[in-house]
Amino acid sequence: MDMPLIFMGLMGVSVLAYVVLDGYDLGVGMLMPAATEEEQSVMVSSIGPFWDANETWLVLGVGLLLIAFPEASGIVLGALYLPVVAMLVGLMLRGVAFEFRMKALGWHRELWNGLFWLGSFMASFCQGVMLGSYITGFQSDFINYVFNILVGASVCGGYVLLGATWLIGKTEGDLQKKSVAWARWGLLWVALGVGLVSIVTPLISATVRAKWFDFPGTLGLMLLPAASLAAWIWVWQGVGRFGRGQAVHDWRPFAGVVAIFVLSFIGLAYSIFPYVVIDRLTIWEAAAHPSALKVILVGALIVLPFIAGYTIVAYRVFRGKAKAGLYD
Amino acid sequence: MDEALHLARAQFGLNIAFHILFPTLTISLAWFLFIFRVLYQRNREPAWLATYKLWVKIFALTFAMGVVTGIVMSFQFGTNWPGFMRKVGAIAGPLLGYEVLTAFFLEATFLGIMLFGMNRVPDWVHMTSAFLVAAGTSLSAFWILALNSWMQTPAGHILDGNQYIAADWIAVIFNPSFPYRFVHMMCASAITGSFAVAGLSAWRLLKAPDDAGARRTMRVGILFAAFFAPVQAFVGDQHGLNTLEHQPAKVAAMEGLWDTQKGIPLVLFAIPNEKTKRNDYSIEIPKLSSLILTHKLDGEVKGLNDFKDIPPVAPVFYAFRIMVGMGMAMIALAWFGAWMTRRNRVAPPWVLWTFAGFTFAGWVATLAGWIVTEMGRQPWLVTGLLRTADAVGTISGAQLGASLTAYIVTYSGMLMAYMVVLTHMAGKGAKVAEKEVAQAGAGLVPGAAG
Repeated sequence: MDMPLIFMGLMGVSVLAYVVLDGYDLGVGMLMPAATEEEQSVMVSSIGPFWDANETWLVLGVGLLLIAFPEASGIVLGALYLPVVAMLVGLMLRGVAFEFRMKALGWHRELWNGLFWLGSFMASFCQGVMLGSYITGFQSDFINYVFNILVGASVCGGYVLLGATWLIGKTEGDLQKKSVAWARWGLLWVALGVGLVSIVTPLISATVRAKWFDFPGTLGLMLLPAASLAAWIWVWQGVGRFGRGQAVHDWRPFAGVVAIFVLSFIGLAYSIFPYVVIDRLTIWEAAAHPSALKVILVGALIVLPFIAGYTIVAYRVFRGKAKAGLYD
Repeated sequence: MDEALHLARAQFGLNIAFHILFPTLTISLAWFLFIFRVLYQRNREPAWLATYKLWVKIFALTFAMGVVTGIVMSFQFGTNWPGFMRKVGAIAGPLLGYEVLTAFFLEATFLGIMLFGMNRVPDWVHMTSAFLVAAGTSLSAFWILALNSWMQTPAGHILDGNQYIAADWIAVIFNPSFPYRFVHMMCASAITGSFAVAGLSAWRLLKAPDDAGARRTMRVGILFAAFFAPVQAFVGDQHGLNTLEHQPAKVAAMEGLWDTQKGIPLVLFAIPNEKTKRNDYSIEIPKLSSLILTHKLDGEVKGLNDFKDIPPVAPVFYAFRIMVGMGMAMIALAWFGAWMTRRNRVAPPWVLWTFAGFTFAGWVATLAGWIVTEMGRQPWLVTGLLRTADAVGTISGAQLGASLTAYIVTYSGMLMAYMVVLTHMAGKGAKVAEKEVAQAGAGLVPGAAG
């Protein structure tokens, strides 16, 4: 068995699960200032039962990097040190602000709302910066900084879009209408961001360029952007129908956005593979001792179905539209 | 390089010390909540529901603090100590991995149902969720203490090339100090939780002396404390004997013992002088330490001067005294409190004030204990296998300093807010909770609870 490959897959699944799951609750956090106080309460209710578990996927993702590819973990986290610290501070701020705001009133609540927004934004933006820096091999030219900020902004847009479409599924009435408007902006933002990143990445990374522009393979690869575009149009139409008051399934926009994320993720994974640190370290060079990988794999194969099972149970328990007043 | 090592240690130490505060509380609070929930199920008294509802909020807050500070730690293993994973990753990795897989998802997922699902799921599902959250927190403690104990007293490993791998996982997990450390930590959590429950209830009683629910909750906290505090004294003593066997230099630092001697005294207080290698201003009880450690009045104990590698003496020495002193105070207060509240008597305000003042006493003792055991392990990261200095990464001192500052600012703010919100909630929280009883009670009747 090719252990490093299996663990690359597991890590990929964890990171993708994290991005989609925490992505929507970070997005909801970033949208908070655009809502009224009553709406904020509903928004918070919609993510309350889930955000703890959502962030656990980040622990699993970084944990797998640490235990399966220790060599890479030192290089990656060392090179990304400052954005990682800023992201962690952001995640801490929003996590505690989320809890504190429910117990506070008046200007205290306003303060925690502000910190909840700030933390959500910081975490999202830094994750984008980390991604940008990662796919270009941690170069530190001026153009790379601009690129990293661009990716940071795109990730914020992506999370806002996830958050907005989550709210379309989870809310009704005025807040749902507002979410439709937010989702439209999010779609434009994401189109711009993903488009620019897709054009710029091959320009500044020779490795990525070589992987994507190698005829005739390129023709097959173009299926990915084509499918992303199709998903984008499907979401845009779905959101449009919501706007005109026509019948659309509440979860269609969210499902479409998840598809866009999955496709973009596959594209990124293809760009980087078989490296775990681009141009420096392949997954086989970085892998931990096979005995350790085997032990973890056995545990993961036993436990992951349970995790999937009870995660589904939790989402079923809290299905339906969110209401204000979480603790009642 | 030396500066970076100190900063890396300071930063990791700060993070882990700040993090440990919250799991210490949640491990036992989760079991308290399960008990409150079952008690309500059995006798349907609204007071237990009110107690549950108040404490589940406190739990959620504490749990969130633990989750977010725990995420920081998962990153810092890689950033601050890359040499750790390189050398012993094949052992540390699976233990950490099993903690995430078996415990973290379990507690985080069922926490949602436990917090917000009472009116959405049948009673048995809700109670099972409370149980699984409690089991998850304890399971998490099991794995992380297995790893920590292995770093203290490694066993079951072999050298393969230039890294250590497991030869026998049972020996790795159940290494010599693990059973002692695990029970010691679980008792620490039980005591910390008991004093928090008793202290915050006392705080409530100072504001509303007629709150029968708070009086009963305080009594529960006191009784648990009165049971676990003396048990902890016994467990701690056993743990100390285990340390003497496997990490004698640590014990010598704890005792402030410089020269190998027979019939060593118990040093009540002193200022260990690392330059002259002796204690200044020492106050001692003759032969008592020999009696405790060797069960003989003239038993011989090896002193610091006869070890090649010794930990920093003063912090270990002082922290040990703080831990033991705090433990004694908690035993005394818990028993006194149990006597004062016997047969549902009302404790006078000065007793309530004392308990309120001891709300976070468990934290002080726990932190002191961790300083003893972790500083006492130095200069080793993994005793005999890996030195701390050999595991440090290449992050520059400037970056470490900047991030350390950011963490200090964030943590101070978080801790202050946490304590203010907690006392505020406990002070008036029960009132809110009572209102909710009416709502929940109304909701429960028409079969919403299954």
